[in-house]
Amino acid sequence: MPDWREELRARVEPAHLEATREAEIVEELVQHLEERWEELVGRGDVAADASRTVLEELDDMLPARLAAVERRASNAPAAGEPTAAGPFTGLAKDLRYAVRQLRRNPSFTAIAVLSLALGTGANTAIFQLLDAVRLRALPVPEPRQLATVEIQTYGKGRSGSFHGRAPGESRLTNPQWEEIRARQEGFRQIAAWGGERMDLSRGGESRWADEIWVSGGFFPMLGVRAAAGRVLGPADDHRGCPAIGVLSEPFWRREYGGAADVVGRTLTLDSHPVQIVGVAEPGFGGVEVGRGFDVAVPICAEPILHAEETELDKRNHWWLGVIGRVKPGWSVERASAQLAVASRPVFEATVPPEYNAQDAKDYVRNRLSARPAASGVSPLRQTYVSPLAVLLVISAVVLVIACVNLANLMLARASARQREMGVRLALGASRGRLARQLLSESLLLAAIGTALGAALAQVLCRFLVAFLAEGRPNLSLDLAPNLTVLGFTALLGVATCLLFGLAPAIQASRTPPGEALKASARGVAGGKARLRLRRSLVASQVALSLVLVVGALLFVRTLRNLATLDPGFSGRRIVNASVELAPLKPTREQVGRVRQELLARVQKLPGVASAAAVEVVPLSGMGWNDDVRAGDPSAPAQLATFNRVSPGYFATMGTRLLAGRDLDARDTRGTPEVAVVTETFAQRYFGGANPVGKTLAKKELAGKPDRVYLIVGLVPDQKYTDLREEFLPIVFVAEAQDPEPKLHMELLVRAEASEADAVAAVKRTFAELAPSASLSFRTFESLTRRVLLSERLMATLSGFFGALAALLAMVGLYGVISYTVTQRRSEIGVRIALGAERGDIVRLVMGEAGWLLAAGLLAGGALALLLGGAARALLYGLRPADPATLAVAAATLASVAALASFVPARRAAGLDPTRALRDE
Amino acid sequence: MAKPVDRELKKGSAELLILSLIAVRPRHGYEIHKLIEERSGGILRFHAASFYPLLYRLEKKGLVEGRWVEKPDTRRRRYYRLTRRGKAMLAERRSLWNEFVLAINRVAGVENA
Repeated sequence: MPDWREELRARVEPAHLEATREAEIVEELVQHLEERWEELVGRGDVAADASRTVLEELDDMLPARLAAVERRASNAPAAGEPTAAGPFTGLAKDLRYAVRQLRRNPSFTAIAVLSLALGTGANTAIFQLLDAVRLRALPVPEPRQLATVEIQTYGKGRSGSFHGRAPGESRLTNPQWEEIRARQEGFRQIAAWGGERMDLSRGGESRWADEIWVSGGFFPMLGVRAAAGRVLGPADDHRGCPAIGVLSEPFWRREYGGAADVVGRTLTLDSHPVQIVGVAEPGFGGVEVGRGFDVAVPICAEPILHAEETELDKRNHWWLGVIGRVKPGWSVERASAQLAVASRPVFEATVPPEYNAQDAKDYVRNRLSARPAASGVSPLRQTYVSPLAVLLVISAVVLVIACVNLANLMLARASARQREMGVRLALGASRGRLARQLLSESLLLAAIGTALGAALAQVLCRFLVAFLAEGRPNLSLDLAPNLTVLGFTALLGVATCLLFGLAPAIQASRTPPGEALKASARGVAGGKARLRLRRSLVASQVALSLVLVVGALLFVRTLRNLATLDPGFSGRRIVNASVELAPLKPTREQVGRVRQELLARVQKLPGVASAAAVEVVPLSGMGWNDDVRAGDPSAPAQLATFNRVSPGYFATMGTRLLAGRDLDARDTRGTPEVAVVTETFAQRYFGGANPVGKTLAKKELAGKPDRVYLIVGLVPDQKYTDLREEFLPIVFVAEAQDPEPKLHMELLVRAEASEADAVAAVKRTFAELAPSASLSFRTFESLTRRVLLSERLMATLSGFFGALAALLAMVGLYGVISYTVTQRRSEIGVRIALGAERGDIVRLVMGEAGWLLAAGLLAGGALALLLGGAARALLYGLRPADPATLAVAAATLASVAALASFVPARRAAGLDPTRALRDE
Repeated sequence: MAKPVDRELKKGSAELLILSLIAVRPRHGYEIHKLIEERSGGILRFHAASFYPLLYRLEKKGLVEGRWVEKPDTRRRRYYRLTRRGKAMLAERRSLWNEFVLAINRVAGVENA
């Protein structure tokens, strides 16, 4: 037997009786229904029919009659009116009632809560990430006083070698830092830092640590204390200082298990011993957001760790950042103005001797400035803020769609509950009270949805970070939800509640009670206005969905364009092995031979199709450029991109030769220096003529003659630093002719079959030949994947949101179309009775959907064009107003609409006209 | 199948029916409801939604009195019995009704004869 209790409670509830009396009545009525049901079943009714009959006998007037009886008897206040005048009287009751209403409609509640949770969850997750990357202040005292010192004008007069963890960030040289420190006036304390990845191992496979170089003032300026031992101070920062290090707290736990006696121990960085003097306090991960550090070493110890390759006094090695605390009473703007004034002497004192007169003139014209850095500096910020901002907009649109969808569902429910509302109005409940009742349902839904969304956000956020962490070993973001994030989520909750709850509440409270009471279950009073509202809601839902589907297609196609473009080489089955030869301690003269021997051994390994050494691994983010003069002798030198490769490089990378010959064994230290160039190089320097046989001159340090190369080959264009860039003019020079062979070696190995086998073979060879050399491996595909990280992020998330939006649009359309069909039942009945074909009816109903779709697509198309500009920078190989994309998106939504309206259309076509008319 | 009688007539007579049925002994709601249907040969039927409010109105007026009774092996039920005022009201209603029916019959019956 069915349990009627809930149903009865819900029906008696609107009478607003005193609780014990209500319980009594419910119990009595439950007994009545049960006995009536048993009677019907006993007479031979099917259980389901009996249930229906029983419920039909319990018509809608019950609460009104009950309220009338009970009120007359006790002179109680009118049903639905608060007894006391307080604004919150009855709120608990409203909420209790709302809980019951929601429990009565589990499928509605599930859809509502789920779509809200997805919407708020996505928004919160992305906001949380944005907050962590962009907004959160550094965990140091008074972060608002912090500012960085940067070079304001880029480009001109800055060349040389750029190191550091953040390519593209304004970096400074050590001589500049020393000048800035001496000449600045606006900072109370100022410090420099740089950083690189260093090898902890003493041979064999590398284990990387994130090392940062810091000036003596770094820790004191930031106010960071030691958790054990001491931090570095100004006394540690002097020329010729010993190699000492301070560990970060996470590194200390990870590497030393938090051992108390870590101070005084020694660790190895790039094969050099470094003495540990302390551990920094927990929570401090440096000043770069998203990237923690493992070991901090004084800048002055750089000559020890880099040995003969020291950069400390090189004026064209850009590797430091400068950050300081502005003096009390000084603003960042004022400090910046002072730096601008001090710029000239700073640059004049640090002109790189390698520069020619023009470069030197450009160089001293650079200007320094200060920028607020309360939230630290972030390489992540540059890369991800605009994708995250676009994602935040997308997820906000998803939330709006979810709300519109809900508003629509609530309106549909409001129609079904029209009589209940009418009865309550007739009994004297105020319109405000009714609106409040409906709003409390929305509030409850919004609260549940938002709470679930907040939980979902934590999962989503971690997924996003895992996504971003690929290829960033020390990605550390503080993702603990803080007040800003919680506030944002709460705001979302309130906004969504108002967004989807207010319209139905206002609509319901406008209903004239008399009409509502007269209205039959279908022919609903005020239905016209409500239907108009619902239609426009669905149309706007279609419009917003179109925007998201267009966005998803644009990002997916961008990813596809980039992933399928021809980079000029093939990375398939290629492994990149990085080898550190320093631990072998070869003499300067031996290095070149050691490199050649190791390469020769690797090339002969079973499972290795071919192998080559290369200075700059393509797409690794590294780079090398120099000024080159070629062709027209009167033309000024232009910047060209360089790479140094061994014979077999082009074969390994699958690059064919267009003209001339490959670099080979003939090219040695004793023969004329040779080069292979790309088509863009030939175009730029020789106007497209065949460059083979011609020469190019690379500018050398001041006082040295230009280095002249004979061009022996021409290869197709290829990508260098990333996939989005225009093809650069590249010069490949011969590894064997390197005047200063490096201790660091990058090998590219094309595997015959499995990459893992090739890696194992290379490892074995090194273990046998050079056990102390350190090694690390990555596949070339992982490089490509990392290069396309933000594109994949955009494509994945916008694709997901686009699909979600289309699904919600389907639900919305289906709801409205089925409702219209129900409303037009008798009209459709008449049409069928008059001989309309099934096809006519299907066309009639689907035509309605067609109009909504057309209106939505029109508005959505305009909106997509309007918003597309914002995403322009994130696209590749297509414009935001791509007609094919718009067409595909519109077609997608059209099929969604067809699907959503076909079911109600078929139901309408299958209508039995006699029944439809009789029911009227 | 008997046709239900006119709404107004039914409503006016409903109180009388309920009072009569519990005049002999206390009965519970469903029993009263069922007896009305049975004894009228299906001509008089109430929906629960109108029957119970009616019953409660009689109770509020002090004409009937409901009381929860729990017997071993059966569920707790609410039995309604006539109060003193109810008895007086029933007597008054009965005589009024009889007069009314007589009057109608006198007019309608003669015309038809």
